[in-house]
Parts: sequence; C-alpha cells; structure tokens
Amino acid sequence: MSMKANTRQVNGVMIVDLSGRITLGEGSVILRDTVRDLVGKGNKKILLNLGEVNYIDSSGIGELVSAFTTVRNQGGELKLLNLTKKVHDLLQITKLYTVFDVKDDETAAIKSYK
Amino acid sequence: MVGKRVTLTLDSTLDSVNSAEESATRFAASAGFDEDEIARISMAVREATINAVLHGNAYDPAKKVGFQLERTRDSMVITITDQGQGLDPGKIPDPLAPENLLKQSGRGIFLIRAFMDEVQIRQLHPGTELKLIKHVPGAAGDNKEASQ
Repeated sequence: MSMKANTRQVNGVMIVDLSGRITLGEGSVILRDTVRDLVGKGNKKILLNLGEVNYIDSSGIGELVSAFTTVRNQGGELKLLNLTKKVHDLLQITKLYTVFDVKDDETAAIKSYK
Repeated sequence: MVGKRVTLTLDSTLDSVNSAEESATRFAASAGFDEDEIARISMAVREATINAVLHGNAYDPAKKVGFQLERTRDSMVITITDQGQGLDPGKIPDPLAPENLLKQSGRGIFLIRAFMDEVQIRQLHPGTELKLIKHVPGAAGDNKEASQ
C-alpha cells in the first residue's frame, strides 16, 4: 500500500492524516514534501496523525526526525498522534519516543499547542 | 523445509528492496515463524537490502546485490552481499548516542541487530556481506538462549 497524506486545519493546527507505509522512496518523499510545504506557508503547529501508518522503515524514521527538526528550527512544534503498536515499538527501540511529543487523543493534542 | 534455499541476483534498485522484503516474508512464514517474528525478519531484510542498494552499490546499475535465503536445521539464514566500497563494522556510529539521536540516517544496522538473533558483517574487498540469522523456536539444536 502506497502512502497518502491528507491535510486539514483544526483551531490553527495543521493535522496531516497519513496512511500506508513510510519507507525509502515514495512514502518518505510524500512526508518530506508535505511538511516542507506546510512550513513554507508559515504553519508552525503541525500534528502528524500516524493512526493508519502500518509500516515504517529506517528511512521513514529519518523523515520523521527531519520533519521534527525542520519545524522546530522554524520556531514551530511537530507532534505525533495515534501511533500504531509497530511504530510505537520502533520509536522506543530507537529512543525517539522521548524526543517526540506523542499524543493519543486529537482534541487534547490540539489543545496542547502553545 | 529444512535445507530449502533461494538464491537471487538483484539489481541495485528500490524494486529490489521490496522484492527481497517480500521474499523474506514468504520464506519466514513457510519456516513457521509467528506474525511478530516475520515482521522483524522482513524489516531486517529490508534494511540490509537498502544498505546494499543505497550505501553499498549506490544505485549503480553495473553492480548487483546477492540475496540468499536458507533454512538450516535450526535457523533461517539470510545472506546479502553488495559490490560497494565496504562497510567497516567498527566505524558504525551508535544511533542511540545523544549526538546522533536527531540524525536523519544511521539506524539501519542498529535495527537489523535489534530484530535478528545474530548478525555477521564481512568485508569482501570489494563489497560487504551481511549474514542475518534467526533461530527457529523449538527447532532441533535451537541455541537462542545459549547465544544471548
């Protein structure tokens, strides 16, 4: 299954609903382009909804890290929402779970932005 | 199943990464691994093949990736070779070190080691061979506990 990214705005937070696989190639490129586009348009509150992401490889992890630092370097915040067990486990193994602000409720996640 | 072996020569392309992953998934399922272990094996194979295609052969169409799946008496053994510059295992940075945590790349070998029981890296001059081993639970001669 290829990756899809749909963007919507809720109370000033740009939510990116991702589905499929974030892997080397198309999946990573779509994530990169989507986040760069949002940051380029001045958006500083970005929430990546990974609820429908069933697979991620090291390239995909790298893109998440890159997205995180890109947004942070622009003075913004990028948070993660609804991790599947596989993605959760992967972020724990790589010690990135503590780096990312991970949420499991969309409403609470939106309210958490400053 | 014991003694079964699949040997392929793959181009240095992204399609090869997906093919290797799919082959490993099918092979692991037929070897009797459970769903979680199949996912770990498949991901390790994906990462090893990415290493060979991207970092080893650098997508060079003249260079090939050797790929072999084998079911031995007690294990599934995956051997992946490239024809690149060679990988020095002693020079692989620790992706968990604070200074590396936010780097975009460098987690492939770490994930392979996390998901497999044994990982052997051998320099071929030129190229690198990665041998990934996962012991089959309950198989004769299973030595997973002894090796940890």
